[in-house]
Amino acid sequence: MPQIEVLSPLPGIFYRQAAPDAPPYVTEGSRVRVGDVLGLIEVMKQFSEVSAEVDGAVLRFAVGNGDAVEPGQTLLFIETP
Amino acid sequence: MKPAFDTLLVANRGEIAVRIIRAARELGLRTVAVFSDADAGSLPTRLADQAVPIGPAQAGKSYLNVAALLNAARSVGAGAIHPGYGFLSENAAFAEAVTAAGLVFVGPGAAAIRTMGDKAAARLAAQRAGVATVPGSAGAVDGIEEALRIAGDIGYPVLIKASAGGGGRGIHIAGDASELRQELGRAQAQAKAAFGDAAVYLERFIRQARHIEVQILGDGKRVVHCFERECSLQRRRQKIWEEAPCAAIDAATRQALCDSALALARAVDYSGAGTLEYLYDEDTRAFFFIEMNTRIQVEHPVTEMVTGVDLVKEMLRIALGEPLRLQQSDIALRGAAIEVRINAENPARNFMPCPGTLSSLQVPGGPGVRFDSMLFPGCRVPAFYDSLLAKLIVHDENRPAALARLERALDELGTEGLTTTQGLHQKLVRDPQVRAGQLHTGFLEAWLAAHPM
Repeated sequence: MPQIEVLSPLPGIFYRQAAPDAPPYVTEGSRVRVGDVLGLIEVMKQFSEVSAEVDGAVLRFAVGNGDAVEPGQTLLFIETP
Repeated sequence: MKPAFDTLLVANRGEIAVRIIRAARELGLRTVAVFSDADAGSLPTRLADQAVPIGPAQAGKSYLNVAALLNAARSVGAGAIHPGYGFLSENAAFAEAVTAAGLVFVGPGAAAIRTMGDKAAARLAAQRAGVATVPGSAGAVDGIEEALRIAGDIGYPVLIKASAGGGGRGIHIAGDASELRQELGRAQAQAKAAFGDAAVYLERFIRQARHIEVQILGDGKRVVHCFERECSLQRRRQKIWEEAPCAAIDAATRQALCDSALALARAVDYSGAGTLEYLYDEDTRAFFFIEMNTRIQVEHPVTEMVTGVDLVKEMLRIALGEPLRLQQSDIALRGAAIEVRINAENPARNFMPCPGTLSSLQVPGGPGVRFDSMLFPGCRVPAFYDSLLAKLIVHDENRPAALARLERALDELGTEGLTTTQGLHQKLVRDPQVRAGQLHTGFLEAWLAAHPM
């Protein structure tokens, strides 16, 4: 099955959840549909959502919660049917 | 007498770290900058006598890391820590940790930070000192029944504000009882998540008000004021343009406003530099205390320009154990000053943050122009911190002259390689309503809607 890399559009900090005590948006194995929020990138104290551009299942994350990321860096992999 | 310390560690970054290093060096202190991995080679690290790495780019692991900061201070033999603004500047536990480590915290004591930093407690302190507050709850509200009763008394719309909030964060609006029912729990949950404290209080929402604030300096025994600043031009409750004095108040109102700030500062035996924020209702000429900032503020330079008082040096002198040098009669208001914030944001794309690398820089100059910044040609602007790059401050004999000077200085500024808010300010400074000083806290957002960039 093909894998799609989800890339960071921005430099900043990647978060898997909306707030420190909120559950993660998705975990490995989560089914996702186009438009589903996968995580947040914080750039200069502003938060941008990273959304799925394909339907599929989250295979694995390439970065951890709270990691610094660069534009174009792989955040996670989605397996598409 | 031996001074309390000879080495100062600056626990901050960007333009405010530069500002503090400059003041400290002029007082003959040895200065130490700290830097995260993302700030290696930054301007404060170049200007300080020494620079110490404190951890990774994420602020939580560096500029908010108390243990790393105290270790850095110990390693260089620093006797004091200046927290700047943001980060740990209003964190009472940090002030306590600094003191417990045998160092001087450049700011008020932990007790004053705690009282005035808790917005509900600050309202109570103000009421006890006879200072008018926006009609609202006496302290934190617990249940929805209590909230509904109080909101019914003060009148809708009401603001639900987080006690531990600040800087415009943690504020919800309820237009009627059913919205209050919806929003109260949400506000409490968000306050808990954002600030670790679910306490919220209620305030009447004043639709068209000016944001005016009074600068004070205290040494724990005596307090003086350095007049007021007008900070009504805000977007999402973030100030972008500040002035001193406020053109909309007369001498009698100014006196009453500044006297009320002194009364409240005295009530908490305030030490250091602080700011009391008010809403001012132009129709009724009533002013209401909203909150206090127990630190130096971004917009402090406009006060320095119109009074000639170096607020950061005075903070350091107080921390060194000197009694306040200034009498109230020494502090006079001269001319008018305006500051605009040059942020790494794109006003044409909903103020999207724009980190990057500055390729070339042209700094405005000439009489009455001051440029407080973290910029130098080739400097990198990281994505991890706030977007403030520089503050352009002008001073002249009156407001019209200051506006002309600002217009001229803005046109001189050049920042190739970065997208900034310079263009927004170039439009604002030419706007007839801005020039006429017809400002209120909702002005900028309405103006932006009517004047797409």
